[in-house]
Amino acid sequence: MSAGDLANSVSSNRSASSMRWGRAAREFLKTAASVSVTILGLLALTFFIGRLLPLDPVLAILGDDASQEAYERMVIKLGLDKPMWEQFITYLWNSLHFDFGMSLTSGKPVTEDILRVFPATLELATVAMILGTGLGIPLGVLAAANRDTWIDQVVRVISLIGYSAPIFWLGLLGLVVFYAGLGWVGAPGRIDIVYQYDLETRTGLYLIDSLLAGRLDIFADVFGRIVMPAAILAYGAMAYISRMTRSFMLEQLSQEYIIAAQAKGASRLSVVWGHAFPNIAVQLVTVVALSYAFLLEGAVLTETVFAWPGFGRYLTTALLRADMNAVLGCTLIVGLIFITLNLLSDVFYRIFDPRTR
Amino acid sequence: MTDPLLEVRNLRVAYPSAHGYSDALRGISFTLGREKLGIVGESGSGKSTAGRAIMRLLPPKARVTADALRLSGFDLLGASERQMRDIRGGRIAMILQDPRYALNPLKTVGAQIMESYRIHIKGSRAEARDRMLAMLEDVRIRDPQRVTGLYPHELSGGMGQRVMIAMMLIPSPKLVIADEPTSALDVTVRGQILDVLNERVEAQGAGLILISHDLPLVSDFCDRVLVMYGGQIMEELAAHDLSQASHPYTIALNASLPPLDHAVDELIVPEYDPTWLTEATE
Amino acid sequence: MTDTPVMQPRGSLREWLRAPTASSPRQARAQAVWRGWQRLITNRAAFAGLIVLLILVTLAVVGPWLTPYSVMGQDLSVRLQPPSAQHLLGTDDLGRDILTRILYGARITLMMAALVAVIAGPIGLAVGATAGYLGGWFDIVAMRLVDVFLSFPSLILALAFVAALGPGIENAVIAISLSAWPPIARLARAEALTVRKSDYIAAARLQGASPMRLIMKHVMPICLPSVVVRVTLNMAGIILTAAGLGFLGLGAQPPSPEWGAMLASGRQFMLTSWWLAATPGAAIMLVSLSFNLLGDGLRDVLDPRND
Repeated sequence: MSAGDLANSVSSNRSASSMRWGRAAREFLKTAASVSVTILGLLALTFFIGRLLPLDPVLAILGDDASQEAYERMVIKLGLDKPMWEQFITYLWNSLHFDFGMSLTSGKPVTEDILRVFPATLELATVAMILGTGLGIPLGVLAAANRDTWIDQVVRVISLIGYSAPIFWLGLLGLVVFYAGLGWVGAPGRIDIVYQYDLETRTGLYLIDSLLAGRLDIFADVFGRIVMPAAILAYGAMAYISRMTRSFMLEQLSQEYIIAAQAKGASRLSVVWGHAFPNIAVQLVTVVALSYAFLLEGAVLTETVFAWPGFGRYLTTALLRADMNAVLGCTLIVGLIFITLNLLSDVFYRIFDPRTR
Repeated sequence: MTDPLLEVRNLRVAYPSAHGYSDALRGISFTLGREKLGIVGESGSGKSTAGRAIMRLLPPKARVTADALRLSGFDLLGASERQMRDIRGGRIAMILQDPRYALNPLKTVGAQIMESYRIHIKGSRAEARDRMLAMLEDVRIRDPQRVTGLYPHELSGGMGQRVMIAMMLIPSPKLVIADEPTSALDVTVRGQILDVLNERVEAQGAGLILISHDLPLVSDFCDRVLVMYGGQIMEELAAHDLSQASHPYTIALNASLPPLDHAVDELIVPEYDPTWLTEATE
Repeated sequence: MTDTPVMQPRGSLREWLRAPTASSPRQARAQAVWRGWQRLITNRAAFAGLIVLLILVTLAVVGPWLTPYSVMGQDLSVRLQPPSAQHLLGTDDLGRDILTRILYGARITLMMAALVAVIAGPIGLAVGATAGYLGGWFDIVAMRLVDVFLSFPSLILALAFVAALGPGIENAVIAISLSAWPPIARLARAEALTVRKSDYIAAARLQGASPMRLIMKHVMPICLPSVVVRVTLNMAGIILTAAGLGFLGLGAQPPSPEWGAMLASGRQFMLTSWWLAATPGAAIMLVSLSFNLLGDGLRDVLDPRND
């Protein structure tokens, strides 16, 4: 039975949907191919940074005063005597198995280290994201709905400062004012040393773990400590999200269907939130996904300020000790997270926008 | 004496520009009963601005003034935003040009029509749904049950415009402002849409303002025609007299139409006389 | 060409710029620039950004003559002094005048930002314009490369480069440039795509111009204005990245008065002597805020749809 017969034999609705699936499958293959190429490029870039730039990986491991003999042994052990392409294949193979080698700092496999520190950053970034999105979107909508009024100006100033202030500086000021000065928030660090070994870690997210264990005292301690760094991180995200929200909303509010909704007698609230806002939701998901990835960048600086034992601090420590395996492992992971989030927001777009269905 | 349905006296609209305010509408006056009034003019003549000014739908930066702007005696310019919301959709409806842009892309047809109904008429969801289905039949949509669940991008232009008419007319407004309701449609469905519009307006006993650049269409469809140019009314005349217009601008507009009975090499472009804009000023 | 003399009394220059119709291409261009300038200075925020930046540049240049203190000179007898008439912004843990160090630091920060702009701008412009004009495999490879670079937040990528190159100002500049060129290349490519099919390019090609010459003489100049705006807008981010590297100890090294490094070394005195860390941070914010304001204004001027 040919495709044409099939189309005739089933209802027109069905054939339209099967065509849609065909298109979706093609789109999927195209995206998959493009993502694979990007990932390959990512690996090539980290390989390039690790092997071709001036820093000598052998000296980084052995120190400057290693003997000639030890040096040569290490060269062979690291496979640096092999041709470059062979080294790259090995690197590809290992990386695809999430084997990034041993960390010099901890003496453990980099992957194990990353898995250990990642929950701390995930928790911090998620709390920051909830705050940043929860504040950024309403502020952006408010600014667009009240364009060119004082509200718009205030939101603009708030977001400009968020764009311009160095996050590590805000963190330090926050510590001075709210921790040392007012005592409103907890000390730097993720959890009080007293509780450190008391808490059974099931998810690695202390806020959830403490609740699961029914330990409200631990929850209070953890919460008091996460508020400040999360708020600082959230500020940057909020600045970005509110600005994007504003510009998306302005675009929608100038559309004809908004005039139509007003002409129907819809209230201002319903026009803005009921009509315009759902039309930017899909674009916003992309923005939120992107700012989630950018929080990783902020985390590097924030975690240093707040002694937060997460991904960012692991990366900085590795950097300062020239622990290239750890640095490149982390860099690669960030790149992969970035690509994944982009991909997810793309998928979301296709699923939730009726125009692409 | 009863008030006319709509009374407009010396309506002016100005927008702020680099050099003070620049006028979009320079004092237009007319009254409307339960009739069909056409407003014609080329783009930029202020005809759409007039329609939106009546509904107070112009952006906040627009400066709107008038000696009188009354709907059945009710002062529209002095009305609060709250009162205007009841009037918009409930008393005055507006049909926009292109259903592809004027319907919310993310809401189903049914939801958009029901919203219109429920803003102005209290009642249950079920009632609203019944009215919505009946209204879709009234605008001669064949399979209302199915169409209800469609999204705007799944509609043809003609269907979209029927949906728009259903959406805007479901609360039974007394005045309908149709702003180029057929310009975005295929020539083949224009007539049908106008028929539907006419039928609904007459069934509801409403007045109609048809804004268009299409002279023959307006003269066929309307009782009376206002000819606008440069934010002013050049001439007002009965629709069937359009071909005997006296104002030079109207004559020029008529002359610029392509004749059907013989081919011409070049259409006549109206020539403008700046004195048209000064003489009408009181 | 034109009979308007180049040198004119002030009043008539104004008239020449405001004439309703331009009588020569040069006048038309001058008028476009003039109108843009007018729009820029009526945008109060952008104007403020511009003024602050000009003041900062001036201070960075003449700073050393304004202060009686030396940038490295230590005086332990006056360590950790709060702001006073002698030391307007106080002194640090080695008794160095903070205002003096901030002024010197402005040189480093502005110089780093300028170097990144001078390295990343032309690279991005050249790659983007060439990719957009040539198309084909060069375009595919170049844009894939850009995609890969854009898969990292810029600070993370700069960190990885610095880790491999070693810490220091020069390496920080290289690292930031390496992470800053891709968005510029993408922008330049988009611009180049719009002109590659145009008639005047075809005309130049028919006259026998080589692709190299076409790209240099005809495509790149078209891409230039938007690249300049983009670089200005990115400047704030570049400065924050540079300061971040300094703060992490991977950029300028103490005792350099680079602001990020100053902040990092002032950090341990944060609770007792707030001015050590607060002032360089405020300086960083001031510069990046000024660039943001100016960049926003420039974008509004060059893209009127945005208003």
